[in-house]
Amino acid sequence: MRVHTRSRRVLLGFAAAGASLALVAGCASSSSTPGDNSGGGGGDDKTLVFGASADPQVIYGPYVSDGESLRVIDQIFETLVALKPGTTEVQPGLAESWSASENNLDWTFKLREGVKFHDGTDFNADAVCFNFERWYNFKGAAQDSNLTYYWQTVFGGFKTRDNDAVPETSIYKSCDAPDATTAVIHLTSPNSSFIPALVIPAFSIASPTALDKYGDSVEVSGDSVNFTGTFGTEHPVGTGPYAFKSWTPGDKLEIVRYDDYWGDKAKIKTVIFKPIADGPARKQALEAGDIDGYDFVAPEDITALQASYQVLERPAFNVGYLGMNQNSGDLGNQKFREAIAYSLDRESLLKAKYPPGSEVATQFMPPTLWGWNPDVVTYPYDPAKAKAALQESGIKNPSVEFWYPSGVSRPYMPDPTAVFQAFKANLEAVGIKVVPKTAAWTPDYLKAVQQDGKAGLYLLGWTGDWADPSNFIGTFFGRANSPDWGYTDQAVQDGLKAALQEPDQAKREQMYKDLNAKIMEDLPGVPFVHNKSFLAFQTYVTGYTPSPVSLEQFAAVDITKG
Amino acid sequence: MLRFVARRLIQLVPILFGLSILLFVWVRALPGGPAQALLGEKATPERVAAIEAQFGLNEPIWKQYLAFLGRIVRLDFGSSLQTNQPVVDEMLRRFPATIELAILALLIAVAIGIPLGYLAAKRHNTWFDGTSVALSLLGIAIPVFFLAYLLKFLFAVKLGWLPTTGRQDPRLDVAHPTGFYVLDGLITGNPAAAWDAFKHLVLPALALGTIPLAIIARITRASVLDVVNEDYVRTAEAKGLQARTVTRRHVLRNALLPVITVIGLQLGLLMSGAVLTETVFAYSGVGKFLADGLLKRDFPTIQAFILVIAVSYVIVNLVVDILYGLIDPRVRVR
Repeated sequence: MRVHTRSRRVLLGFAAAGASLALVAGCASSSSTPGDNSGGGGGDDKTLVFGASADPQVIYGPYVSDGESLRVIDQIFETLVALKPGTTEVQPGLAESWSASENNLDWTFKLREGVKFHDGTDFNADAVCFNFERWYNFKGAAQDSNLTYYWQTVFGGFKTRDNDAVPETSIYKSCDAPDATTAVIHLTSPNSSFIPALVIPAFSIASPTALDKYGDSVEVSGDSVNFTGTFGTEHPVGTGPYAFKSWTPGDKLEIVRYDDYWGDKAKIKTVIFKPIADGPARKQALEAGDIDGYDFVAPEDITALQASYQVLERPAFNVGYLGMNQNSGDLGNQKFREAIAYSLDRESLLKAKYPPGSEVATQFMPPTLWGWNPDVVTYPYDPAKAKAALQESGIKNPSVEFWYPSGVSRPYMPDPTAVFQAFKANLEAVGIKVVPKTAAWTPDYLKAVQQDGKAGLYLLGWTGDWADPSNFIGTFFGRANSPDWGYTDQAVQDGLKAALQEPDQAKREQMYKDLNAKIMEDLPGVPFVHNKSFLAFQTYVTGYTPSPVSLEQFAAVDITKG
Repeated sequence: MLRFVARRLIQLVPILFGLSILLFVWVRALPGGPAQALLGEKATPERVAAIEAQFGLNEPIWKQYLAFLGRIVRLDFGSSLQTNQPVVDEMLRRFPATIELAILALLIAVAIGIPLGYLAAKRHNTWFDGTSVALSLLGIAIPVFFLAYLLKFLFAVKLGWLPTTGRQDPRLDVAHPTGFYVLDGLITGNPAAAWDAFKHLVLPALALGTIPLAIIARITRASVLDVVNEDYVRTAEAKGLQARTVTRRHVLRNALLPVITVIGLQLGLLMSGAVLTETVFAYSGVGKFLADGLLKRDFPTIQAFILVIAVSYVIVNLVVDILYGLIDPRVRVR
């Protein structure tokens, strides 16, 4: 082959240019070294970059129910009632105290004085009522259960009922502001679970002036809903320790310290939430020093990260359980259910298939929640007892249909198939025949289990929406003869109703403890796991307190280096 | 030439029409449907029904399709189920990012791929040729996300030269009037920001450009090998033409024809490759938005993005054909 010298030179030059493009970019590292580019350091201009898993939906409490939105809203806004950091214990928020009338229908909130919204307007009882009335009067698209999930779950319906899926009644009646620091909320039926629910950032008090100015309207356009008001996208104004600065979806959301905050001022001036959806990418961003911390550490990364970073454990707030539908086969037989419970080696399953920190559940709610009972009857792994119970049940050739979902990973169940396989082996070991049934999580599996009651044994679970036992055992067992359980006990239903209405917190707690004991005696299912999630931070980050309900305050976080 | 272009444009119509039907049917055939997917385990039959009513999902399918077509023509793709913002706005906001990334990736692929392929052909059957063939095979075979992790591990975690994610250091406070971050840094008189944006581009562009680079190198090599043995090259050399004239007029002009086709096809591949690359680099372009949309069954977004990407693919191919016509007069006649 001939060599065309000149052209070769040209081409070589081209190649050199291409290569040097890559090289120059690579070598020109300017001054940045890992961990050096945080702009943190001392002084008053500290910045923390947090790796979130996604963008918020919108920065307006009543329209959201996803964790990433709630995380940001929780820094900018405040609620009447708050949680003691790291616990589910209710403490004063924007209200210093509250009390119920004798009939438990009228709740009087004494508000904190001297609180101002970020736009300089006053926080007072009128502002509280303004917000409650606005939520209650949501219309049209705003009544979509996807938008106002928490209002509908906690308070029920709205003033008007614009779509058939909205609950028919509301426990909210009205709100009065007799003076600037007193707000009275009237309910239509006694309910005590709404107080712990008020800590959810969905019930954040927003500046009425800003809401009126920018609007929170939504409309249906094409296939979806569209936020036309800009309060939640460009101008969110609350009373929290941080004020909104800017948001470029997909890129970053920036909040800055609110210097006129009524309480302890935030330690770090600027907090930036950077959405990084890919889990391994979040880890590498931490390792490269691009971010100072991130949420949802993958279980397999925990050990590796612990060597050079802080890995924080978030207390569990979920439960995974094996449901036993009493309308199916022999599962109505109490002894048979006990045999199943004793046969399951939950400890080994968790050790083999769950991340560190997960714990065996003894009842249908996590130990971090008040009302959890340390003395419920338990069913530890004991094949001998299982066989004995099976004998007592009088069932010949015991057999069960065992349903498990495919193609899904849940917080309480990262790998449903692994759980199924372990339990199937356990059941067969004591002589129970297992007929496997599997279906795609949605819609087939959930429909078969929850609506049609087709499943005998099935795997399911729940992550709590707010820190109230009614949101766990009330959700499961509050309805008579629901298709998934086939379990009705009048004492349990009456007890749940009474506990929901009891105004005295200490009494409520005891009532739920008793209910948990009773439920575990009846054994409608076998709770098997409370699973935890993890966060990782650079070692110089201090003061981050993980919360079971993921309400974590960045105001207390600091950077201590340099 | 004009007739040629017009004919190609008319051919686009049935393609786009078929595409719209495919897209429409496909999204609605997803198991569970969008309403159930939205609600997840907190779904009740009533809520599913309400969502379906609200979004018109319970209308007859042909009515849904006509409505869909009508909206496409008006460029109204509805709102994204992820952000609740109009899909068109989301696209416009993210396209500069992907274009910036694709340009650099393609530059890397072309600037390295063509010379590499040419030199390999020139040194046919030498160690250089062997190595470049092996490397290009590896380049085609290596999964983008794996390469991305390797690049990040080396250049970001270990060496600390380049950032791992995003388009700009979030700690910098910079304006982005055009959405092309490198350009933005330059026109706002902030070269540091432009440089920072460029650094954020390098790793994703390398990851994204690797496969096209390998393909371009291989095609260039094969094509040059073909052409240099043609009679007309030998004739040109025999009649005493200067080497550079032979290369420019006879070798490259002919050898680059298939390469241009491949580069055109690569542009389409870059778009789909961007889905993975942008996801692992948390680079907020159209690819990442589509990836997020797929996970959340954000069907207005999926429809719009696929349609736009397909249309741009078709247009790129049209441009390639026209270029072909310019370079190779025989095409116009056919």
